Amino acid sequence: MKRITEAAQLEARYDLVIIGAGPAGQSAAIAAAGLGIATLVVDENLAPGGQIHRGITTTPVTDRAVLGADYWRGLPIAQRFLASAVDYAAGAKLFSLLPAGDEPGRHAEIELGVSIAGQARPVFAGQVIVATGAMERPFPIPGWTLPGVLTAGAAQIALKAHGLVPQGRVVLAGTGPLLLLVAAQLRAAGATITAVLDTTPAANRAGAARHVIDFLRSPYLGKGLSLLAKARGGPRRIAGVTGLRAEGEDRLRAVTFTAGGAAQRIEADVLLLHQGVVPNTVISNAIGCAHRWDDRQLCWVPIRDEWLLSSVEGVAIAGDGGGIAGAECAAESGTLAAIGAAHRLGRIDAAERDRRAAPVRAALERLGRGRGFLDALYRPAAADRVPAEDSTIVCRCEEITAGQLREAVAGGATGPNQLKAFLRCGMGPCQGRLCNLTVTEIVAQARGITPEQAGTYRLRPPFKPVTVAEIASLPQTNAAVKAVVRY
Amino acid sequence: MFRRLPDSPAETLRFTFDGAALTARRGDTVASALLANGIASCRTTPAKGTPRGPYCLMGVCFECLVTIDGTGNRQGCLVALEEGMRVETQAGARRAVAP
Repeated sequence: MKRITEAAQLEARYDLVIIGAGPAGQSAAIAAAGLGIATLVVDENLAPGGQIHRGITTTPVTDRAVLGADYWRGLPIAQRFLASAVDYAAGAKLFSLLPAGDEPGRHAEIELGVSIAGQARPVFAGQVIVATGAMERPFPIPGWTLPGVLTAGAAQIALKAHGLVPQGRVVLAGTGPLLLLVAAQLRAAGATITAVLDTTPAANRAGAARHVIDFLRSPYLGKGLSLLAKARGGPRRIAGVTGLRAEGEDRLRAVTFTAGGAAQRIEADVLLLHQGVVPNTVISNAIGCAHRWDDRQLCWVPIRDEWLLSSVEGVAIAGDGGGIAGAECAAESGTLAAIGAAHRLGRIDAAERDRRAAPVRAALERLGRGRGFLDALYRPAAADRVPAEDSTIVCRCEEITAGQLREAVAGGATGPNQLKAFLRCGMGPCQGRLCNLTVTEIVAQARGITPEQAGTYRLRPPFKPVTVAEIASLPQTNAAVKAVVRY
Repeated sequence: MFRRLPDSPAETLRFTFDGAALTARRGDTVASALLANGIASCRTTPAKGTPRGPYCLMGVCFECLVTIDGTGNRQGCLVALEEGMRVETQAGARRAVAP
């Protein structure tokens, strides 16, 4: 493995560029290096592991019982990745990806814009694997923008990467396996958890029941039982929570909610919200990949073929960025994407590709069993996805409320892209990462159409903010200079 | 807001936040260093000036935007803390030219 710490160390061209160094990106890199493919891995994080195995090679949490066996499963993957023959740019920013093509401005190969330590470079790639993983589903409740309100995933990252535990009166709220896992990990690390507020709708159990046979045959059963055992004797858990609000002026002071027909109030210093994870589709959206609305996981997913190839030529999408399936499936799908890329690069013939892919597909089938049960059981309530109160902020960056969005739809805005023009929602620095799903569902609900019909924001590069200095550091061709310089 | 587990042996780093001298550990990001020092809010929004602090810690929410050594709009959760860094609250919108 060659560490790239400056843009000048990048090659001008790679056979394969992998975006992300979580389980999918690392596994893709290991497989590609094994096939002798010249590979670059570009990752935003400072160390490998993605979010699920965040800080796996650097964590200050030495007691392995705190983070648990599933976390430490990431260590052998990271060790193999770090020993593989690839170029690895950590703490790097991918800000653009131009598909290949004959249209003006395009090139014979995919062109990526990479910035490292303030210097940007174009990199060409024969094939690209996008492995940008998942992010937590937005949880738009009144007061969710107050300092002191974080996601449960953020608390988990603080613990894994930095050995930090939330202090004072800590309340967790929401639904999903990660909420229970974070509660157990924080407790093992010595945090005082005042309450866990469970928003899982009771009616979900009926929907989950028809997936129960698959679940009982799946690896999730063991994990679920051990998680429930850890939760036993734990902090106060209140079920059937609705109407969640975070209260405070300039920071969080209390959490209010309704449970068992009674309004309740708990004073809190830290509120950790979570209602599942969804694919991070910023790059796949911005480069023009076709997506569809997944009604089971309530999110947009890129459309992919059996080799995980998107609708954009040469761009495959591996891991949770292509649909939520968990870390172990992500690792297998990274391997599968690399095998497909090797064939398209002409390194292996179709028979060899299929032979190598067969055991990977079998593993994906086995590991993916039981996902339908989890999706149904932890399906977040409609009221927690589409805020009932008009004053609730939906777009955090531009501070646009649910009421403003509904008013604009009533006034004729037909979809998320018109709402951008009307209200600036989704146009702040997060580029709609934290509001796009909510906006899609608000439009769908208000117009009586499906989320698929409502559509989503059309994103564009840069995927991440770049400075004028970074743009200026790009090497310029004579043609480009002549186009703007006048004598 | 956050406290450090006792088994954190990493080197201590000094930095400032809005001029106040603070310490954190090597391996911290700017955002985790602020949280470990009890700082919940690190910017105010351009739209209405309301206070915000780190929310996702994984680079997607952009709530931990701060000014680092004079450069604004840095994602605090993606920047490794370095000795002597000057971190400042990012108040409202950025300007192309300093006022």
